[in-house]
Amino acid sequence: MRIIGILFRRELASYFATPLAYVFILIFLVLAAAFTFYLGGFYERGQADLAPFFNFLPWLYLFLIPAISMRLWAEERRNGSIELLLTQPITLWQAVLGKFLAAWAFAGIVLALTFPLWITVGYLGAPDHGAIVTGYLGALLMAGGFLAIGSCMSALTRNQVIAFILGVVVCFVFLLSGFPLVLDAFRAWAPQGLIEAIASLSFLTHFEALSKGVIDLRDILYFGMTIVFFLVATSVVLDARKSE
Amino acid sequence: MIKTDRLSKRYGSLSAVEDLSFEVSPGEVLGFLGPNGAGKSTTMRMLAGFVTPTAGTASLCGHDVLEAPVAARACLGYLPEGAPSYGEMTVRGFLGFIAELRGLDGALRRSRLDRVFGRLQLEPVLEQTIDTLSKGFRRRVGLAQALIHDPQVLILDEPTDGLDPNQKHEVRTLIGEMARDKLIVISTHILEEVTAVCTRAIIIARGRIVADQTPQQLAARSRYHNAVSFCADDEAQALRLRAALESQAEITAVEYEARGRRLTALPRDGAAILATVQAIAAGQGASLQELQLEAGRLDEVFRSITA
Repeated sequence: MRIIGILFRRELASYFATPLAYVFILIFLVLAAAFTFYLGGFYERGQADLAPFFNFLPWLYLFLIPAISMRLWAEERRNGSIELLLTQPITLWQAVLGKFLAAWAFAGIVLALTFPLWITVGYLGAPDHGAIVTGYLGALLMAGGFLAIGSCMSALTRNQVIAFILGVVVCFVFLLSGFPLVLDAFRAWAPQGLIEAIASLSFLTHFEALSKGVIDLRDILYFGMTIVFFLVATSVVLDARKSE
Repeated sequence: MIKTDRLSKRYGSLSAVEDLSFEVSPGEVLGFLGPNGAGKSTTMRMLAGFVTPTAGTASLCGHDVLEAPVAARACLGYLPEGAPSYGEMTVRGFLGFIAELRGLDGALRRSRLDRVFGRLQLEPVLEQTIDTLSKGFRRRVGLAQALIHDPQVLILDEPTDGLDPNQKHEVRTLIGEMARDKLIVISTHILEEVTAVCTRAIIIARGRIVADQTPQQLAARSRYHNAVSFCADDEAQALRLRAALESQAEITAVEYEARGRRLTALPRDGAAILATVQAIAAGQGASLQELQLEAGRLDEVFRSITA
């Protein structure tokens, strides 16, 4: 735990040591506001809730979360610091978890900075604050799922651009796995059971329930298991190819 | 104590390291030599637990690198090739981070940090980010990182690469001082370094050990071991001396370098030929300028056994 904490602090500080964090925060907030107010019709809808924000959030995350996760391991490999890190008296699992938690905390900080939206909606009307809280919880869980996928993709390569593209593609598949775009690719040959299993993997369906204020343990469990699965995959990939 | 037992690493069909078995005891400074791609870095990485051996194993201070990797790494200070670090961190921040990972805190952490800052002369750059440092400073940050916890075993992959002659001297002095109670393995391309700091040299080529001796023993394998060289007074004298020396039974060959009129007489089987050379030179009235007795040329030994 102590080791994970040390790695977590170093990693989180490294986001803010370069302009990266600030550029990212700025872009995220500008896009979130643009989506919410223009595309989402925040005012025109005449309803006091954050649905316009939460509806577009998965699409914003699709591109912006891989941008956070792409550097996790690819950068360490590129500049060789992975050798320094993994020859310290720590386990691979501690390193994977410490770095992932730092990225997740950073995503959480960025998400928290959208609080003016909440204040606005509270000022203009009487929103269901409970639903907004579960919406934020769902958003945080979804960010964690995307980051775990991105961490695994970043472990595969020493090139951050490749890590980013792989991350976007895999996240896209997971986001839309309940939709015809993905399901049709399986429908022709896969058994019905498998198709239903794939459909149930969709980030979008699990997130939608949460963003509407419904806390279903299965949704939370789903994101938790996705995170665990991809972090285990990250350490398997790293163990096999860390020195290449 | 480092012990390797038939340590091997294969990459597909390519064998990088094959059946490497050796032991190193405290007080020894082992120089790891070999051409590029001979398997030096791969071996060091296996000892540090970064590369997993395909066969065999190794242990550091009695901890097996495969079965107890964290304990093995805890007694090791390791400088990877190229001295990588986190460029966006300051020197102070980076070394503080490593000290924390090494489990140092409070007063002990401060005193250890102050000691490595002093020993590697890092004080002027403590608040600079590592990205902005010169190559020499980066290498010293890498060394500081390996020394911070005062480890029993030090493995340094090319510790003096990129340093200027003064800094090289500093690092060699540092290694010499630490050698008393530690066990140090360095890899290097600089053969004079082996003579300067190592008590033992292992030369590997194509993943195998081809020599394991003291630097003196290695040098004695050179055909220049006990060779005598001097400068002749003029061209004609040089030619006369060359002919006279070549006729001696215990001299196998005489090399002549026209630029400095330098003659080098090579002994047969390392025989002592200084007296013979002096006697012949006296007979020719030569003044024997810049007379030298050679210990042997490591680079020549290196080439002859690795090529």
